[in-house]
Amino acid sequence: MAVTNDLRTFKNAAWLGWQMEANWTDPFLFATYSIVRPIAGTLILVFMYLVITNGETETAFFSYMYVGNAFYMFVAEVLFGVTWVIHDDREHFMTLKQVYIAPIKFYVYVFGRSAIKIAIVSIGVLITLAFGVFVLGVQVGSGGVDVPLFVLSLLLGLSMLLVMGLAMGGLTFLTAKHEGGINEGVAGVFYVLSGVIFPITVLPHWVQGISMALPVTYWMEAIRRGLMPDAMSEIAKGTGLEGLSNLELVGALLLSAFAFLVLSVAVFKYADKVARRKGKIDWTSAY
Amino acid sequence: MSDTWLMTNLRAVKGRAYPRVIGASREPSWIFFEVALPLLTVAAYAYIYKFMDAPAAFIGFVILGGAMTAFWLNVLWGMASQLYWEKETGNLQLYMMAPISRMSLLAGMAVGGLIGTTMRAAATMIIGIGVFSITLDLSEPLMLVVVFMVTMIALYGMGMMFASLYLLLGREAWHMSNLMTEPIYLASGFYFPVKALGAYAAVGASVIPITLGLDALRQLFYPATSGEYGFLPIEVELLILAGLCVMFLILSKLSLDYMEKLGKRTGRLTLRWQ
Repeated sequence: MAVTNDLRTFKNAAWLGWQMEANWTDPFLFATYSIVRPIAGTLILVFMYLVITNGETETAFFSYMYVGNAFYMFVAEVLFGVTWVIHDDREHFMTLKQVYIAPIKFYVYVFGRSAIKIAIVSIGVLITLAFGVFVLGVQVGSGGVDVPLFVLSLLLGLSMLLVMGLAMGGLTFLTAKHEGGINEGVAGVFYVLSGVIFPITVLPHWVQGISMALPVTYWMEAIRRGLMPDAMSEIAKGTGLEGLSNLELVGALLLSAFAFLVLSVAVFKYADKVARRKGKIDWTSAY
Repeated sequence: MSDTWLMTNLRAVKGRAYPRVIGASREPSWIFFEVALPLLTVAAYAYIYKFMDAPAAFIGFVILGGAMTAFWLNVLWGMASQLYWEKETGNLQLYMMAPISRMSLLAGMAVGGLIGTTMRAAATMIIGIGVFSITLDLSEPLMLVVVFMVTMIALYGMGMMFASLYLLLGREAWHMSNLMTEPIYLASGFYFPVKALGAYAAVGASVIPITLGLDALRQLFYPATSGEYGFLPIEVELLILAGLCVMFLILSKLSLDYMEKLGKRTGRLTLRWQ
C-alpha cells in the first residue's frame, strides 16, 4: 500500500513537473530550447580546443573533455533542479505548504518532480554525444563499451546526485536568496575539481587531495572508462586515477557516494527540522 | 523641454540607480557569489588551456571573458527581465503613472547596474589575475577606457530595448534569458577569440556589442596577439560599437513606446501571472 502511494506520488509529481517545464510553449520550441543550451555549452569547449590544436579533434583528450562535459550536464541540472522544485513551489507558486502537509512522502514528491528534469537532461546528453561521435569524431565505443561498468556507474552517480540535490534543497528551506548561488557554487566546484574537462593532475597537488574525496571525480572516470576504454588508456599525461582498476574505481565511487549520502540525508533532516521549528516551510521573500 | 522636466528625469535616473548600487551592499553574500562563481568557470577553462599548453595570453583571454560575463548576465537578468518582474510585483503601474519619461527609468536601471557590475567584474578580474599570475601588456589605457565605455553604452542600450520586448513575452521571459546565456557566450567568444568562429559567424555575432568590445579589449591587453587572434582592427570595432550605441538607444525608445501602447490597448500592462 505504502509503495503504491509512493509510486502514485512519484508519477503525479513527474507529470506536474513535465507540465511546468514544458507547457509554456509548443513541443518543437521546447525541444529546441532544451538542446540549444547544452550544445552551445559544449561547443564553447570545442572551439577552445580547436583554436589551440588548429582543428584536430580525433584525439583521446578531446574525447575525454567532450564526454566529461556532456555528463556534467547531469551534475548541474540535477543539483539545481531538485533545489529549484522547493524554491519554485515556495516562492513562486506558494504551494509548498499544501504539498508539505499532504499525506505523501515529501522527498518522493521532490524526486518525482526532478525525474522529469533528469529525463530532459538525458535527451540533451544523448544529442550532445551523438553530435560528438558523428560530427566531431569523439571516440565513444573505441575498444567497445563496457556496458556493466557504464550502467552501474551511471545509476550510482544519478542516485548520488539526487540525494545531494535533496540536501541542497534542505538548505533552501533555510535560505531565501542564496539557493542559486550555493547550487552553482557546489556544481562549479565539481566542475573544477572533479576532472570533468581536464585531468585532475593539472591541479595544484594539494587540490588533488580534495578532488580524490569527491564522488563526482570517480563517477566521471568510471563513465568514461565504460564508454571509451581505449581512449582513456591513451591519455598521455594520465588522468590521476589510472592506477585504479575498474573494480577499485567502482568501490571508490560506492564509498564516496555512501559518505555523501549519509551527509546529505543528515543535512536534509536537520534543515527540515529547523525549518519546521522556525516556521520557514511556507516562508516567502518575494524573490 | 524645461529645466524642471530635465531635473525630474535626472532625479528619476538617480532614484532608479540608487537601489541597484546600494541594494547590492545590503546583501553581501550576493557579492561573494557574483565574484566567486565566474571564477570557478574561469578556473576550469584556464586549467584546460594550461593542460593543452596554450599560449599564456589565453588564460588572460579567459579571465577577461569571465569578468565580462557579469555584464551580460546583468543585462539579461537585471535589465531585460526587470520590467517583467516589476509587473509581477506590482511596481510597473506605479512607474507608468509617475510623471517621468520611461527612458529615465531604463537609464537609471542601466547606470545602477553598470556601476555595481563593474565593481564585481573588476574584483573577478583582479582575483583571476592574482591566482593565475598572468601579466597584461597594456600600452593604451585611454583607448581601453573609451572602448569599455562605448561597449557598455551599446550593451546596456540593448538591455533597455530587451526590457520592453520582454514585457510582451510574459513568463517566456525567464526562458528567453536562460536561452541567451551559453549560446551568447559561444557566439561572442567569451572564452576564446571570436575569430575562431569564422568570419561570417563573427560578423553575425557582432550585433551583440560585447563581441566586438571583448575582442577590442583583448587586443588592447595583449597587443602582440592582435594580428593572430584579433577579429578587426580596434578602430573599426570602436566605430561599429559607436553605431550600435546609437541604434540600440533609438530602438529602445521605439520598443518602449510600442510596448506601452500595445499594453494599454490590450489591457495587459499590469496583468500578472500570464
